[in-house]
Amino acid sequence: MDRGDYILLKILRYDATEPTVEPHFESYRVRIIPGLTILTILLRIRDEIDGTLAFRSSCRSAVCGSCAMVINGKIDLSCRVQAASFGTNTIILEPLPNLRVIKDLVVDMTPFWNMYEKVKPFLIRKSPGPDKELPQSDEERKRIDQYANCILCACCYGACPVLARNPDYVGPAALAKLERFVLDSRDDRPASFIENVNDDRGVWGCDMILRCIDACPKDVRPPDSIVGLRKQLLKLRIKKLFRKKGQE
Amino acid sequence: MLYHDVLIVGGGLAGLRAAVALCDTYDVGLFSKVHPIRSHSIAAQGGINAALANHPDSRDDTPEKHAFDTVKGSDYLADQDAVLTMCEEAPTVVYEMEHWGCPFSRFPDDTIAQRPFGGGGYPRTCFSTDLTGHVLLNTLYERSVYKRVRAYPEFVALALVTDGDVCHGAIMLDQIGGKIVSVAAKATFFATGGYGLVYYYSTNALTNTGSGIGIPYRAGVPLKDMEFVQFHPTSLIGTNILMTEGCRGEGGYLVNNQGERFMEKYAPKAMELAPRDIVSRSIQTEIEEGRAFDHELGKYVNLDLRHLGEKRIMERLPGIRRICLDFIGIDPIRDPIPIMPAQHYSMGGIDTNAKTETAVKGFYAAGECACVSVHGANRLGGNSLLDTIVFGKLGSVAVDEYLQGCTFKPDERLLEARRRAVEEKVKALAGGGPERPFTILRDLRMTMSQNVGIFRTRDELNHALSTIFELKERYRQVGISSSKLSMNYELIGALELENMLDISHVIVLGALLREESRGAHWRRDFPQRRDTDWLKHTVATLGKDGEPRIGYSDVVITRYPPMERKY
Repeated sequence: MDRGDYILLKILRYDATEPTVEPHFESYRVRIIPGLTILTILLRIRDEIDGTLAFRSSCRSAVCGSCAMVINGKIDLSCRVQAASFGTNTIILEPLPNLRVIKDLVVDMTPFWNMYEKVKPFLIRKSPGPDKELPQSDEERKRIDQYANCILCACCYGACPVLARNPDYVGPAALAKLERFVLDSRDDRPASFIENVNDDRGVWGCDMILRCIDACPKDVRPPDSIVGLRKQLLKLRIKKLFRKKGQE
Repeated sequence: MLYHDVLIVGGGLAGLRAAVALCDTYDVGLFSKVHPIRSHSIAAQGGINAALANHPDSRDDTPEKHAFDTVKGSDYLADQDAVLTMCEEAPTVVYEMEHWGCPFSRFPDDTIAQRPFGGGGYPRTCFSTDLTGHVLLNTLYERSVYKRVRAYPEFVALALVTDGDVCHGAIMLDQIGGKIVSVAAKATFFATGGYGLVYYYSTNALTNTGSGIGIPYRAGVPLKDMEFVQFHPTSLIGTNILMTEGCRGEGGYLVNNQGERFMEKYAPKAMELAPRDIVSRSIQTEIEEGRAFDHELGKYVNLDLRHLGEKRIMERLPGIRRICLDFIGIDPIRDPIPIMPAQHYSMGGIDTNAKTETAVKGFYAAGECACVSVHGANRLGGNSLLDTIVFGKLGSVAVDEYLQGCTFKPDERLLEARRRAVEEKVKALAGGGPERPFTILRDLRMTMSQNVGIFRTRDELNHALSTIFELKERYRQVGISSSKLSMNYELIGALELENMLDISHVIVLGALLREESRGAHWRRDFPQRRDTDWLKHTVATLGKDGEPRIGYSDVVITRYPPMERKY
């Protein structure tokens, strides 16, 4: 930062318990110090200027996924964004899109978690485990690596243009989670389990605009999972067709 | 009023493990101040210890050897029966987590991969790259979704309700609903994590206030060994974000400004993989004796991974590399990482036995908020994830035993009276005085980091103690801007601050009284371990005057007589 020692933060404020007060921007001036992240500024504003400012945070090291928001138009985790990285003295903060605002930068994550639960996000086994670990090769483990790295911060959910017009769309994170289990060599889920994403609210809803890839702070690529699941579903359809033909 | 058979507070590994074990039989409510997946267990990096004997160099490893390493690492303050229980359970719980889907890294023979960690005689730390806490917490949360555990995210515990003998439940703040609710329960289980935030330099999350330790203390539950505070040797300068011990487990070096691998002087055999208390003291000594580097963010030594090469760093330590790129703009493949020691873990906590029972019937605690004690005066890396899962599980067994045939009915009038008292307190804060919570907290954290750190003296501890008295006095004048209950983080901070002052008081007093050096508690004025006088647990109870009463209890020694620790 070379244009003055202060930064002007404009934060979109709103309180769902006071719906008569329209969403509005409030501005805060904060002095710049080295290493200042957006989250540290928010904490300082809440401590020293306005105790009513609401935002979520916890680990401050980009692993817990609490603090996703829109920072100068780009979705990211506030804890990992340096205030000096924009080349401007004004920074605008808005809550994550596609979710209802509870207060200021805090959104209601319920729809996100509902979609997560919809894909049965857990390992499914037909038989009880052995006395030791289930064998898995390093290569098999690596196949699920990018999806296992997802921190469920909902950056992708906020960035998704399909969700903006269709709130019933299951969204990038849930599909990445589903693929994480489908690709897991230990998972026994029947192929039919992916049928419940076999429509426009599931994998066919994605327009492949790929905003989720840019938004992800952990280098997960949800479209890879969507392509994988689509292929899987097509294979299933072809198999079914052949089975029908055979019966005829 | 809400009602549950079992009220679990804390959605990290210990709380979730207890919840998934109890939810088939009992009506369980899991209350967490953040969404469970945001709990600080997520940030654990390096791994979880279990004597699986998968590593080529650990074929003859056993739970018994794991127990010995843990006891020696604890500087003989751990209860040896409890340690053996934990180490014997370790392989079972690790296999269980694997069967539930945990994606551990693998060896070429398709078994769970293991790496060496500090103070361990064998490579027995099971891991998933450097995101082990992340995958374990995701797996247990997934399990809780599968089991349909009833979760209450963003409910903050404010008070524990007991009648002196039996626990009746707790008072919670529903942050989204914007109300204070009483939760009646036959059994209450705390798994609320540590208190890193009472220190200025800490690796911990902003949510780790230790309030969950202060709440039962204020309700009359004793705390144990609170003066034993772990300082992790390697935190990134500036932010103090954790740089896992796995960096050294994978072969990383610690280097001073003379280019020396200085651990040679302090632990010639174990080198960088000596236990954390020893490595932290060594780094601090290098800093004090002028062999550290200078940076605008503070003095530091280097954690050098460059000789490991790009492939190994990308495969085994990708999270560390990502953090370095994001937070200090360096790439460990090309540059050494500037590190300093910082508060990391609380060995002490709510006084429990190996069944997670406390002095109050129906009240249980597990994980970092509890002190069994399995870590004694110094915890080994890889044993905290293990502690959370083992004692989450064993706690569920104890709760189940208690609830079978339990005819106890929580006293609703007692709970309601307590809820009203908490509501009054909130009103008083909103109409309170000119002191701002953050200035008191800032002064507390500075005092703790400056005076109750890696090396301690009577003078510094006395200074900390008198500062805490002043801060408690200032707290009486504290005020906040709004009495609204929904999404009022300033209010939560002000309420938790009272508990933070209390537990800091207990930490300092325990440290002042303990005139010896043991594990992480090092007194410059008493630099020897003194088993004749001090081989005992410190037990603190809240006195009627609001000050801690300090007593002591015996350490359980079964098979390992105390010896000098050499590494």
